[in-house]
Amino acid sequence: MASFNLKVNGKSHQVEVEDDTPLLWVLRDHLGLVGTKFSCGIAQCGACTVHLNGNPTFSCVTPISSVGNAEVTTIEGLSENGDHPVQKAWEEVDVAQCGYCQGGQIMQAAAFLKQNPNPSMEEIDNAMNRNICRCGTYHKIREAVAQAAKNM
Amino acid sequence: MKTVTRESRRDFLKIAGTTAGSLFIGFNWFSCDSPKVEVLSTEEVLAQAKSFNAYLSISPSGDVVIYSPNPELGQNIKTSFPMVVAEELDADWGKVRVLQANLDTEKYDRQLTGGSGAMPHSWERLRKAGATARYVLVAAAAKMWNVPAEEITVENGIISHSGSKKSGHFGEFVAEAAQMKAPEEVKLKDKKDFKIIGTPVKNVDSREIYTGKPLFGLDFYREGMMHAMVQRAPFGMKIKSLDDAAAKAVSGVTDVVTFGTSVAVVGNSTWPLMKAKKLLKIEYEADGSVESSADHDRIFKELMANGKADVRRQDGNVNSAFQNAAKVVSAEYQCPFLAHSPMEPENFFAHVKGDRCELIGPTQTPDRARQTAAAILGIPADNVTVEITRLGGGFGRRLRADYVEEAVHISKAINAPVKVTWSREDELTGGAYRPAVRYRFEAALDANGTMIGYKLRGVGMNAGNTTRENNFPSGAVDNLLIESVNYESSITTNAWRAPITNFLAYAEQSFLDEVALEAGKDPVAFRLELLDRAKNNPVGQLGYDVDRMIGVVKTAAEKGNWGKNPNIKQGFSVYFSHRSYVAQVADIEMQGGTPVLKKITAATDCGMVVNPTGANHQVRGGIVDGMGHAMYTNLTFENGVPKQRNYDTYRLIRLKEVPEIEPHFIDSGYDPTGLGEPALPPTGGAIANAIFAATGRRLRSQPFIEQKEFSDIKLEIRRS
Repeated sequence: MASFNLKVNGKSHQVEVEDDTPLLWVLRDHLGLVGTKFSCGIAQCGACTVHLNGNPTFSCVTPISSVGNAEVTTIEGLSENGDHPVQKAWEEVDVAQCGYCQGGQIMQAAAFLKQNPNPSMEEIDNAMNRNICRCGTYHKIREAVAQAAKNM
Repeated sequence: MKTVTRESRRDFLKIAGTTAGSLFIGFNWFSCDSPKVEVLSTEEVLAQAKSFNAYLSISPSGDVVIYSPNPELGQNIKTSFPMVVAEELDADWGKVRVLQANLDTEKYDRQLTGGSGAMPHSWERLRKAGATARYVLVAAAAKMWNVPAEEITVENGIISHSGSKKSGHFGEFVAEAAQMKAPEEVKLKDKKDFKIIGTPVKNVDSREIYTGKPLFGLDFYREGMMHAMVQRAPFGMKIKSLDDAAAKAVSGVTDVVTFGTSVAVVGNSTWPLMKAKKLLKIEYEADGSVESSADHDRIFKELMANGKADVRRQDGNVNSAFQNAAKVVSAEYQCPFLAHSPMEPENFFAHVKGDRCELIGPTQTPDRARQTAAAILGIPADNVTVEITRLGGGFGRRLRADYVEEAVHISKAINAPVKVTWSREDELTGGAYRPAVRYRFEAALDANGTMIGYKLRGVGMNAGNTTRENNFPSGAVDNLLIESVNYESSITTNAWRAPITNFLAYAEQSFLDEVALEAGKDPVAFRLELLDRAKNNPVGQLGYDVDRMIGVVKTAAEKGNWGKNPNIKQGFSVYFSHRSYVAQVADIEMQGGTPVLKKITAATDCGMVVNPTGANHQVRGGIVDGMGHAMYTNLTFENGVPKQRNYDTYRLIRLKEVPEIEPHFIDSGYDPTGLGEPALPPTGGAIANAIFAATGRRLRSQPFIEQKEFSDIKLEIRRS
């Protein structure tokens, strides 16, 4: 066991965990931030996507010992009132079916649009191809990312 | 009055703990653009509300609470059910709160998610629930205003009487109405007067989903709760010996519990359990047949040739038809085992307390969860409560209660509340798969290319009846034989979205394409010719409505521009399942010798569409699901263990792999007939037939990408 200081959604936290504990499980089991989802555990599906210093990161394969002073942002902290342009676009387009993967999809899209505010559809496809949606909401995901880009 | 702008996790959990109705609360219609709007919390609404029936409570504030009893796994029932109640109530949708109801077999019938059956089953009940409440509210207003009830109108939650210029919102009449007896029979609206049904209404859980609120079973947490993960035995094996010393030594692991052929590691958080599970030293020994995919190949061959078949349907004389045929066409098709692979892995919370048990989690069959727990514990089912969380997908996997069983066993053993979590590897290796199936089709054609004989023999691995013997083309062929052989495998199987038809439709619709081409007929014309026969001179019993099937065939052909563009190579498919009809046209454009799958056009007759947004979702999602698994996904076995253990080798379709999908809906005038599954079955056939049209390669096994016929055709998938 070791002690780690984390900055998550603008707040400081201290956790006592093994140093190989993935950030995902620190967020979910120790900080109660369950918006970041577990699905594959091997960086294949993107349900666990968070931002580390603004970069989209698969938290399921990010050991807590590697996080250091990086600013962690989760879906709960993407915006104060749930009104980030990507969240609003997701609501306007009504993207979700089961909804389980959508937090990760939104985090992926938000990080992508920050780096590329005026993407082509092909660039949207490439960025969002990292995240799996088992319900098959892909058409709506594309539409919502394009709409968010327009509104940003 | 408390002003609530948005609920924190703490508020959420507090509400969850005190609301009898449900853990999961849809604070819909909090506009994020106007956070200062004063809104009662749902807890406050419920504290004052009067219950009118199992679905509906209304508070003096005019807020309407609608309970949705069936598990929500993405089929959007939690939005569409309340729409139907609100419609007949003439409620203001903006004042409606939706709650997931707990399991209550006295209040609700068929509280499960499966078979695309919720809306067809509940349509009348939901309408009546709204209409009877409206009736007593109007009667209350008539009494209070001393005016005739028939002069009263209701719109958007406002009750009015034009003659006396009186009006008020529902809440003003709740106290009086709640004392009135609801009528047994009540007049329902004319469909043309619907204001909510048929309009695109947004998912009532949108806001919670997009802000990461704890909605799903895996998100459930309670103080003092333990975590558990389970190592299950390979299929056909049992535990010979167990050495759990290394697992127990992992910091954070508190217990190791053995039950049946499973070993559970228990601890305070999830990660140590993932490590500890890998450190369990378990030796297994055979306890039945230990099977590999090579065995299945051999078994398929043997049973296709000699297996004892269950004759499902026999019309006319097939032997003589085949003897007299001008041409015989035959082919074999095969589909592999598949896991359901919902994004949220299986999980469940159980707290066994003496002769009582509390269950919370994602289940498609809450009553099965309850009965299972009661049987394990030897207690009455009434002593078991089930709270239904939102489900992160289901696809049939959560019809099973195996993971509920585990939670009950472990909670009992450690005498504490526990949440069992499966990893993705657990989900892919843990069983209850879509069965693997092989089919042999034979068709006899006369000199005019008319199909005079049709034979289907299916062999399935724990598939039960591999056929749908009264489905098309039965009824359209004079001489027909449909038979099924079941192999009892040690590998467990289960219903998987559109059970049986998810592969039967692909195989049959591909084979009918082969027959049409051998008969020298256009595939659409060939199907219409058969349907014409079934309509005008049917042979035996018909399990489908011929007119509705013709309707979707014609609409798909028209909307999909069937045969109009020589540079677009097309595949056609049509299937009836779960009471609804879907036909599809897949378009492959040849771009300089490269076949590019660009578009799938779908025509659906699911009766009345309750929510166009949800219906589009189900059609698009069903097609993506059907396409992904037909194209990419395989589950093979080595000594009772799947070789594909996670998404690196168990390949699911991704965003760049979906073509344009254009859904069309036919207004056939029927009540809703279900849409969670019917769009999936036709997809594999439409794509396989388009690939044949474009390349001359016939894909008779799934997944397509692993077939040698597919290896050099260089299919691309692009929307442009």
